[in-house]
Amino acid sequence: MRELLRLRPYLARYKGSFAIGIVHVFLTNVFTLISPLILMRAIDELRDGALTRPLWVYASIVVVLALIQGVFRFMMRKVMIGASRKIEFDLRNDLFSHLGSLSVAYFDRTRTGEIMARATNDLNAVRMFVGPAIMYVANTFFTLVIGLTLMLRLDWQLTLLALLPFPLLSLGVKMLGSRLHDLFQAIQEQYATITTHVQENITGIRVVKAFVREEEQIEGFRVLNREFIERNMSMVRLWGLFFPIMGLLTGIAMLIVMGFGGFRVVSGNLTLGGFVAFTSYLGMLTWPAIAIGWVINLIERGAASMKRISEILDEEPDITAPEIAEAPPIRGGLRLDDVSFAYNGEPVLEEIDLTVGEGETVAIVGAIGSGKSTLLRLVPRLYDVSRGEILIDGVPLRSLSLSHLRSAIGFVPQETFLFSMTVKENIRFGDPSLSDEQLEEICRLSRLTPDLDKFPEGWDTVVGERGVLLSGGQKQRIAIARALARNPRILILDDSLSSVDVNTEEAILVGLREYRRGRTTLIVSHRLSAVRDADRIVVLEEGRITERGIHRELIRNGGFYSRLYERQKLIRELEDLE
Amino acid sequence: MSWGDPVVPDEEVLQKSLDWDLFRRLLRYLRPYRGRVILAIGLLLVLSGLAILGPYILKLAIDRSIANDSLDASLRVSMLLKFSAFYLCVLMLEFVTRYGQMILTTLVGQKVMYDLRMEIFSHLQKLSLTYFNRNPVGRLMTRVTGDVEVLNELFTSGVVQIFGDLFLLGGIVAAMMLLDVKLALVVFTVLPVIFIATGIFRRRVRDSYRDVRTRLAKLNAFLQESITGMTVIHLFGAEARSFDRFSFLNGDHRDAHLRTVFYYAVFFPVIEVIGAIATALIIWYGGRGVLSETLTFGALAAFLQYATHFFRPIRDLSEKYNVLQSAMASSERIFSLLDTEPRIVGPEKALPFQPFQNAIEFDNVSFAYRDEDWVLCDISLTVKKGERVALVGATGSGKTTMVNLLGRFYDVQKGAIRLDGIDLRDMDPHDLRRRMGTVLQDVFLFSGSVDRNIRLGDDTISREEMKEAARIANAHTFIERFSDGYEHELQERGSGLSTGEKQLLAFSRALVFNPEIFILDEATSNIDSETEHLIQEALERILVGRTSLVIAHRLSTIQNVDRIVVLHHGEIREMGTHQELLRQGGLYKRLYDLEIRSAVESTGTDG
Repeated sequence: MRELLRLRPYLARYKGSFAIGIVHVFLTNVFTLISPLILMRAIDELRDGALTRPLWVYASIVVVLALIQGVFRFMMRKVMIGASRKIEFDLRNDLFSHLGSLSVAYFDRTRTGEIMARATNDLNAVRMFVGPAIMYVANTFFTLVIGLTLMLRLDWQLTLLALLPFPLLSLGVKMLGSRLHDLFQAIQEQYATITTHVQENITGIRVVKAFVREEEQIEGFRVLNREFIERNMSMVRLWGLFFPIMGLLTGIAMLIVMGFGGFRVVSGNLTLGGFVAFTSYLGMLTWPAIAIGWVINLIERGAASMKRISEILDEEPDITAPEIAEAPPIRGGLRLDDVSFAYNGEPVLEEIDLTVGEGETVAIVGAIGSGKSTLLRLVPRLYDVSRGEILIDGVPLRSLSLSHLRSAIGFVPQETFLFSMTVKENIRFGDPSLSDEQLEEICRLSRLTPDLDKFPEGWDTVVGERGVLLSGGQKQRIAIARALARNPRILILDDSLSSVDVNTEEAILVGLREYRRGRTTLIVSHRLSAVRDADRIVVLEEGRITERGIHRELIRNGGFYSRLYERQKLIRELEDLE
Repeated sequence: MSWGDPVVPDEEVLQKSLDWDLFRRLLRYLRPYRGRVILAIGLLLVLSGLAILGPYILKLAIDRSIANDSLDASLRVSMLLKFSAFYLCVLMLEFVTRYGQMILTTLVGQKVMYDLRMEIFSHLQKLSLTYFNRNPVGRLMTRVTGDVEVLNELFTSGVVQIFGDLFLLGGIVAAMMLLDVKLALVVFTVLPVIFIATGIFRRRVRDSYRDVRTRLAKLNAFLQESITGMTVIHLFGAEARSFDRFSFLNGDHRDAHLRTVFYYAVFFPVIEVIGAIATALIIWYGGRGVLSETLTFGALAAFLQYATHFFRPIRDLSEKYNVLQSAMASSERIFSLLDTEPRIVGPEKALPFQPFQNAIEFDNVSFAYRDEDWVLCDISLTVKKGERVALVGATGSGKTTMVNLLGRFYDVQKGAIRLDGIDLRDMDPHDLRRRMGTVLQDVFLFSGSVDRNIRLGDDTISREEMKEAARIANAHTFIERFSDGYEHELQERGSGLSTGEKQLLAFSRALVFNPEIFILDEATSNIDSETEHLIQEALERILVGRTSLVIAHRLSTIQNVDRIVVLHHGEIREMGTHQELLRQGGLYKRLYDLEIRSAVESTGTDG
């Protein structure tokens, strides 16, 4: 339960609402519970044949009480459930904002589905605690206190006897509730298994067909399907008891009122009106009794969920930087000073020394897994170096504010990720203040202009599943445009042209040549055509720099670079064959 | 900056108005269980009767005993005991009936779901690859799982329960009429008000819930996208911007909920006020009846009880309508899948299975996956029994397609493929595929044990045969290295295995079925040299004396085959043995040179 304490600041923010809400719960109950007394009065007077007021007066009082009660009940729900929705909103915002502060490493090790589950199911369970659970606790409390007071005054013996089944009702709901929850989980698990089987079947349909295993797949599905029904039925066997038991227990309470209450009337200890009022009270107390059991489960679930949400909120951002408002503009000189980097204990980069002068272009070449991308990712501090230091204009990266540092960098990642918004919005992601003229210039530089004409709505075309499906090359070019939009001092291209055809690549490179002037540029590429013009080329092998120099020097070296060069020359020839 | 709306799967229409044809087709699934359905409806009838009986016993107890001053007290008490006993019986009976009815209805619902799921899944197995290429996995999965679940609600709480609500409502009306026609009619004046109020409420709540759902979908889509794209958000310093957008969507979602909260907050009090009006009418009109001695106190009390029972069936009935609408949309999608005709089927009378004797023959075959985008053009090739043929060529040259056509995963558009002179289309595709052992480029592993992945659940193959196949395929050694050997459970998609090991497993799988024709589409990715050697060795053993078609990405694999076919842009460019082709100095020679170069590059790149 301690987990729920964490909600205190959120609850405190709406303490006014909760206070008002609780007052309304009280008032609602007062007016609801008075009503049977009016009924009692009317019936007793009818029975005595001595009406002190006309019947319509009693009838009107009942309606008026209901109206007053209705207004309070309306306020109670609106204020309290409303507050819970607002707390849900706050909590979800805080969750998102905290996620934004966590580093890439956190997202590497945490599955998206897990985070999503926290932000959806768990958040909802917490909301159920903050809203309905609190409201029904208050409601049950007042109903019991006021209802019992009134009933005890009418006939305390009958009250005690008639309410006997009610604790059983609460207990029953509570126990059934938690058992049902478990069974429900079991059903969900089986559902997930079925889903996985279907998914596997569909993704592997080629194998299924090739080996004529359709029958076996159907048999496997049949077994899972049958188990699913079994689990559903075992839940229903229990869940099916829920309403019948509720009906039975409230029925027994009614039976007691009828039998014992009737006896009290016959023996002159209770009026007929009081008897009828009792039957009304029973109806009113049924739901709060059920709610006790239900609410206990809500609280348990809320606490468990809050614990899981706290796991995210307690995650410390591992990349921190000082917040400095004023800082001299970044010019773009880079120096990697004896930099080593290990990921999950595996060394990725070792003892890298590299200086990139302001405005210089350096290309990094190497096999898959040689650490090229990692090296690039250290510059905007997506990861922090394990040893050594990276300096920008002679200042250590760690002493700059993250926003200042990253605002100077235009990064085109290896795996293109675009948001499902329009092309224009995706480019402007780099700089929201970009004018249309600047946008056009950028599209021209990244060779997007011809594609834009082909899109149904030009650059207002939505990207992704709901809009146009882009080719890999188109995506990459949008990602380049997005980076250029930042007008960066440092441009980082991480194998950013791999899906672009050779001619377009050439064109982009030529276009960028002018643009790059005066900007520091780091390029990783598998195509040597993209790196040959660099001021300097660095070859990485297994996390270490093994060759450096310019293109002409390196092809004579007889090392990795020259072999790569020969191979690519041949591929080029083959492609030109047609 | 305006941030575009995140993607919401809007192909999934959530509701659809009632369509009788669809509905009738759905009801057909109840037919096998009609006995149980009728029994369940019968039980509902009994239940309504019992529910009406309760207040009536109360009436009798009040009139005959509790308020019957004319009788002796002890007699009244003993009568009261009898009524109580009777009431207890009713309660017990109600308990049992309600439970039985609930179990019965759910069981029928579950059985129908079972049937439907089996039907959909089995039907999926018959559809051709073209269908699977066209429909994303997620969509097909929803048909088998999500859409069926929606129908579950219809069958368990919909169709049958509608009768329950109607019976109950009818029963209460009848009971009140029997007690006192005039008072009943007076009380019934609230009925239209309840109907109207619930009607309005249902529509409002449905609309606002629809809002809630779409906004929640947007919110979650945005969240998911932000999590996946967090690196980009960091790189472009967009944390604050994306938070603003999220907060906006979050607020939208909250507001939609607040509207729902409002409707509920209004609805419950309204219902209570209507209930109070009914009570007031009973006090006023019924009280007058009591005064004029046309109505007993018992009847008055019974009326008060009946009036509280009005609301639930009316509200439930209106909710059933929503259930029905969702079910329509789902069933339409399910039926459209079931109505998709399998494209690749055997002929009416397939030719009897004959062992492979002579040759496979591609006769002027042309094929396009789409329209006129020819992937293969006029291919003619004959592979004799026992011959080992390799297909070579750049990516997109049509090698894989040739293999796909041979297994008849697609049908050729022009020309024909024949096996021993018989057109593939005149054979049962299952018979055809059973002759072939296929190793695909991307080895697909099922979750489950190694055993299951080799034998694919075929129990007619003995464990010894399986191990033998694994030995030939050089997989036995690494499988034995697992502590639980062949029982070793593979992780999702075999993520614990290296590419090479997966390949060896796939070899074992293809071999264990002892195919007449062996087809290998070699993996492109890099394999460590040690495993590469194992693969090579296994392959040589497998190919001996077996008709085989090998798509090679490493030319070293195929130097010993009988014939190499070089494909280029869907056409056969060169054909011959390794030596012949090298001497020709054409395309093959160039490919070969390239490979030699890459081999030097020990680390390798993806070039």
